Amino acid sequence: MSLLVLVVQRDLLLAVRRRADVLTTLIFFIMVVSLFPLGVGPEPVMLRNMAPGVVWVAALLASMLSLGRMFSADYQDGTLEQMLLVPQSLSMLVLGKILAHWMVSGLPLVLLAPVLGLQFDMTGQGLGVLVLGLLLGTPILSMIGAIGAALTLGLRGGGVLVSLLVLPLCIPVLIFGTGAVEAVISGISYSANLLLLAALLVLALVFTPWVTAQALRISME
Amino acid sequence: MFYGLAGKLVPWFAAAAAVLFAVGLYIGFFVAPTDAVQSEAYRIIFIHVPTSILSMFIYLVMAGYAALGLIFNTRLSSMMATALAPTGALFTFIALWTGALWGKPMWGAWWVWDARLTSELILLFLYLGFISLHASIEDPRRADRAAALLAIVGSVNVPIIYFSVKWWNTLHQGATIKFTGTSMQIAMQQALFTMLLACWAYAIAMTLLRVRSIILERERNTQWVQDLPEVRS
Repeated sequence: MSLLVLVVQRDLLLAVRRRADVLTTLIFFIMVVSLFPLGVGPEPVMLRNMAPGVVWVAALLASMLSLGRMFSADYQDGTLEQMLLVPQSLSMLVLGKILAHWMVSGLPLVLLAPVLGLQFDMTGQGLGVLVLGLLLGTPILSMIGAIGAALTLGLRGGGVLVSLLVLPLCIPVLIFGTGAVEAVISGISYSANLLLLAALLVLALVFTPWVTAQALRISME
Repeated sequence: MFYGLAGKLVPWFAAAAAVLFAVGLYIGFFVAPTDAVQSEAYRIIFIHVPTSILSMFIYLVMAGYAALGLIFNTRLSSMMATALAPTGALFTFIALWTGALWGKPMWGAWWVWDARLTSELILLFLYLGFISLHASIEDPRRADRAAALLAIVGSVNVPIIYFSVKWWNTLHQGATIKFTGTSMQIAMQQALFTMLLACWAYAIAMTLLRVRSIILERERNTQWVQDLPEVRS
């Protein structure tokens, strides 16, 4: 447990020291979302229906963008090699890195989403469910992304490859996340979609740190 | 040695595939009667159904071989997994393509965002991800192990595709042939099963052919490869 806290603290400190990286992801997210009304035209009815999908897809792409950083800096300066030698569980350490990654690149997206939703003229309840869905969904994106980041560690062209590997696995999260908001818009119960997201989160929490640890071992040997 | 055995089996499976394809297509297109509801266009199922079944089945076999390679460090199973991937991707593509050709006259659209279509498309992406991850890692041992892990993670998707029609109950129709009996006409059944066997034989022949090349490529520095008659000449 203390290991987990230690890793999270260390990664957050590193992120604070390198603020530009965090801001790039956020600005990318805002820009992609803002491009859609310019691309498809400013009709409020259409925008309101598109909003959940646009915000979710932009969040997905923004989290892909930051995946490369999860392990690469530690890999290059040799810290990761030392981490593999730590007597404590590697899965726990990986979980710490995933949590820190989510706090730096997932949580800001969740907090910004309502503002962007207002740009699309979303209703109050729709915004609430959107934020709730993102809160449950973005950690899953970080966890699945960690597997991809670990597998492509140190490869040339790793950035594009990681999207190719991770995006198909993220599609269920996208479907349930947008499904919840669309259910609110069309006036039916949204709890089923959110519960499925929560179930995915629990499953990912149990399995992905271990799989990522295995992937790191494969990449580092 | 597996290399020699595979070489002996390839022509047999290739010949079986050719004969079965010919027979299956003949029954499918000339013997089987016209469908009451879907008229002539239904005949594409003789290609669509076998390829989609195999696209899922090959993924499971591939993930199984990959897991064996990862757990027991057996080189041959990893090579088999690598050799299966392109054939699986091909079948997935054909299943999607024939589905689109069938969907146009039946549903009035080339593509519908139905649960089964979407999950089959994800399967194609998973195959492509497996192939490209394997291709971009230079060290074959690391490539095998990394791709194996990806294949195992991705196999979560296969049951989702298989049950998608039941779970979501969307546009794609359910299975007609069940273990409890079928409403299908006998010539249609014969054509379908012949085509399934044909695809099966084709997949085995292609995989064995490919695994032979992979073995030769990886073992090119060993003595037994140097001694092979086809290498020496």
